[in-house]
Amino acid sequence: MATAAEHNTDHHHEETFISKYIFSMDHKMISKQFLLTGMFMAVIGMIMSSLFRLQLGWQGESFWILNFFLGDKWAPDGILDPNMYLALVTIHGTIMVFFLLTGGLSGTFANLLIPLQIGARDMASGFINLLSYWFFLASSIVMIVSLFVETGPASGGWTVYPPLSALPQAMPGSGMGMTLWLVSMSLFVVSSLLGGLNYVVTVINLRTKGMTMTRLPLSVWALFITAVIGVLSFPVLFSAALLLIFDRMFGTSFYLSDIHVAGELLEQTGGSPILYEHLFWFLGHPEVYIVLLPALGITSEVIATNSRKPIFGYRAMIGSILAIAFLSFIVWGHHMFITGMNPLLGSVFTFTTLLIAIPSAVKAFNYITTLWKGNVRFTPAMLFSIGMVSTFISGGVTGIILADSALDINLHDTYFVVAHFHIVMGLSAVLAMFAGVYHWFPKMYGKMMNRKMGYAHFWVTFVCAYGVFFPQHFMGLAGVPRRYYTNSEFPLFDEFIGMNEMISVFAIVGALVQFIFIFNFFYSMFRGPKASQNPWGSNTLEWTTPVEHIHGNWPGALPTVHRWAYDYSKPGKEHDFVPQIVPLEEGELDGGAGH
Amino acid sequence: MVTFLIIVAIALASLAVWQLLRVFEGTAKLKGGDSFVPTDAENKYQGRMMLLFMFGYFAFFAWLYVRYAPHFLPESASEHGLVLDQLLDFNFLIITVVFVITHVFLFYFAFKYTYSSDRKATFFTHSNKLELLWTTVPAVFLAVIIVYGLSAWMDITDEAPEGSLTIELYPKQFDWTARYSGSDSLLGASNYNMISGVNPLGVITNGSLTSKQQELTEEIAGLKEELETVPKGGLKEEEIIETIGKRERQLARVSSFEGLEAASLVAGDDDILVKTEFYLPVGESVEFIFRSRDVIHSAYMPHFRAQMNCVPGMTTSLNFISRKTTEEMREITDNPDFDYLLLCNKICGAAHYNMQMVIKVVEPEVYSKWITEQETFAESIQPADEEGMAEATNVTRNEISMIEQ
Ligand code: HEM
Ligand SMILES: [Cu+2]
Ligand SMILES: [Cu+2]
Repeated sequence: MATAAEHNTDHHHEETFISKYIFSMDHKMISKQFLLTGMFMAVIGMIMSSLFRLQLGWQGESFWILNFFLGDKWAPDGILDPNMYLALVTIHGTIMVFFLLTGGLSGTFANLLIPLQIGARDMASGFINLLSYWFFLASSIVMIVSLFVETGPASGGWTVYPPLSALPQAMPGSGMGMTLWLVSMSLFVVSSLLGGLNYVVTVINLRTKGMTMTRLPLSVWALFITAVIGVLSFPVLFSAALLLIFDRMFGTSFYLSDIHVAGELLEQTGGSPILYEHLFWFLGHPEVYIVLLPALGITSEVIATNSRKPIFGYRAMIGSILAIAFLSFIVWGHHMFITGMNPLLGSVFTFTTLLIAIPSAVKAFNYITTLWKGNVRFTPAMLFSIGMVSTFISGGVTGIILADSALDINLHDTYFVVAHFHIVMGLSAVLAMFAGVYHWFPKMYGKMMNRKMGYAHFWVTFVCAYGVFFPQHFMGLAGVPRRYYTNSEFPLFDEFIGMNEMISVFAIVGALVQFIFIFNFFYSMFRGPKASQNPWGSNTLEWTTPVEHIHGNWPGALPTVHRWAYDYSKPGKEHDFVPQIVPLEEGELDGGAGH
Repeated sequence: MVTFLIIVAIALASLAVWQLLRVFEGTAKLKGGDSFVPTDAENKYQGRMMLLFMFGYFAFFAWLYVRYAPHFLPESASEHGLVLDQLLDFNFLIITVVFVITHVFLFYFAFKYTYSSDRKATFFTHSNKLELLWTTVPAVFLAVIIVYGLSAWMDITDEAPEGSLTIELYPKQFDWTARYSGSDSLLGASNYNMISGVNPLGVITNGSLTSKQQELTEEIAGLKEELETVPKGGLKEEEIIETIGKRERQLARVSSFEGLEAASLVAGDDDILVKTEFYLPVGESVEFIFRSRDVIHSAYMPHFRAQMNCVPGMTTSLNFISRKTTEEMREITDNPDFDYLLLCNKICGAAHYNMQMVIKVVEPEVYSKWITEQETFAESIQPADEEGMAEATNVTRNEISMIEQ
């Protein structure tokens, strides 16, 4: 340990404002940069959803606020333009999936937690880490710029299937807006890869003495495997985007064939849009786990800490993470059951998809058992985590229906799918991200967030979230297609007018409530009470660092780890937690080592 | 003005909250003590809220079910749909039970084991028995679901029986055309190079071939004339030369269809193209074939539990047997205006929400009568007179603006 000790002693260079806050290479600062950028993007995504919910709730009616945000071109007389509706849905999805729940979530918590929880002074490469953030920022800026182009932003849905997305003749959003979308996503992939490689290398190489893989907190396990999945799957999205760029700009025909659009005959032949779908979903499905696993990791920490009880089945939890990661690469075809794929192939995808339900179920059961006979303390983070377990189950079970290729025939692309993935992915990850912020805010900013506002925020958010997405199952079962600007063109779905109104009210109230969180966040950052070193009584290493951030994280030598992260309420101990740095007593067994 | 007022309102509200917080802060300091973790009172309150939420959630579920289940899709109008509906019910039964049990445990435990400082949590790290239990039990249920589901899937995706009625459903932004194979039960060949105003599906017959060749030849001649009139070396010239090249290549491709077998060049003549609504004979097996003219669409017929993507550059298909006529379904749903619909269910552009066609399921006699009343493809491309011809070419030219509308 001598080298590490030497390394840290004189670590106080004078820092300028720029090197400290802007071009920082410190993982804690980069984590905060990711968080703030992600939050900013999320607010944009959220405003967009409120705008299209106005249209869906009161179809074809005029709202001055639509005109206020979108102008006369896209909301003449306050009535949303159908092209703009599709653009809003598309960019909302893109922002939420990629910018908030991939870049924002992994970027924030991998950066914050990996070095702090494994006992490292920083990421393996601070510079690559800095690049990762700056690519993310550049990508966000390009995405935002794309909102302002003449023909509108990309509007082919967040999956941007060609030929729709390849042909400017097919819709205005497939012009300049789509080009920028592709540029933005390419930058995003670069950011993810740089970040991911760094996380992987850091976890493998920089664990402190005693921090074996089976003593890692589940949050680190989750973030680690997430990074591995990302590194393996994002390049495929990159190639999909690249080929699409070629088709759009250079007349190649990877995805195009036999097309006669807007009175014009295209000469491209021999390509297949289905190829794009395969490439996209080869990333797309792992991507949903890239979103979900960090959320599960955060939940594991928060639930164990606040139940004052070891996470139940630590090894099974790791096993499920690994199983999910592996399976997530061989299920992508469940998004393509009705593209005319060979039915036999469809069967295989049904089979693998249903297999993934097993490790998912194990995780859910283990969370519930962790609560059992616990001593449950309801911090706001804990409320959000319990909420997350609930949404994970509620949305996960409908996955079983959709995974059944036969049932998917009639449910694919209906609101049932919208309900499924918003609940299981959107809500779970957003709730967990809130949990993470409430839980680690003291670590990030050295201040405490206001608890009462946290409670208010949780309950309104949670109720509104289910209020928005739960009813959508029922619309889906009635056959209501997704991505419809209005259902008023035929009487089939008239029964759902009232439901749409209700959903919109929940959506808008739920959106407004987020301002309580934003207020709490910034207020606490500046004026919140000063945090103590270990406010939640946690075992993990990040709570052994000083409240004021320092370069290198620990003032003296790096901590040595003697036990797993979950010695909560261990019999015979004075306190209901035993930090990982506390040596094992004579004859004491380490919980994580198994018996 | 309104904007300004709203900004003021928001500013004022934030100010109010800010002030409120200062009060909170003050009282917290007065009471002293560690205010970072929730107080006993707060824990108790939140624990109760958990339970309350659980009941609220279940009640919401029940209310939605009672209110909206009657508006789920009516009983299946196709044979295979009956199987699917059973499968769906079976799966729902399982997941609803899982959903309820896990939620009861989750929220009840949260409530029951609320924090108390004089209690310690049980140090319970794992249990191989329990974990084995909840790995194998889901596995068993899933095995049943898989077997049941896949047998239905293989049945449904089986090839259409010999002698099925073949109908092509052809989408473009933003409408559908249905093509029946006519008296010879054979759909004529088709190709996107052949598309024109009178031939929206690009059906290849001797008649359509000649008229497409003629149309292209005329267009090329016209373009060449125009070329003479534009300034040399300009952008316009380049553009025209490029267009001429495109049309010539198209003409070559079109002409190559002359090499098709003679039989397939007449198969299209008796094909029947219809728009806005199409008929199906009840009880007969129908095979649908799909292509697409421009982008991906999806043919969604929810009442028949049928859906298939329509992808440019390839053909897809599905088949089913209908089992209730439109009339019968009107009685079942107690809705005299009921109609089966074909919807587009893959985002395809601005008017994606309004790409529909009515499906009339009728007795076979009614169907036979209807089909004989329809114009065949050969008749439809026969220009009635000079005027008709002019109109036909106009349509091609105006298509761009039509589609844009
Ligand atoms: C029990 C496990 C799960 C199963 C069996 C499952 C199954 C499926 C299936 C079959 C679809 C395709 C539905 C369709 O488009 O017709 C789907 C869609 C989707 N699922 Fe899941 N899912 C599961 C869990 C998850 C999780 C954990 C996430 C995210 C964290 C997720 C996110 C999504 C998303 C984003 C889509 C929709 C993408 C789109 O079409 O826009 N699913 N799921
Ligand atoms: Cu998937
Ligand atoms: Cu369409």
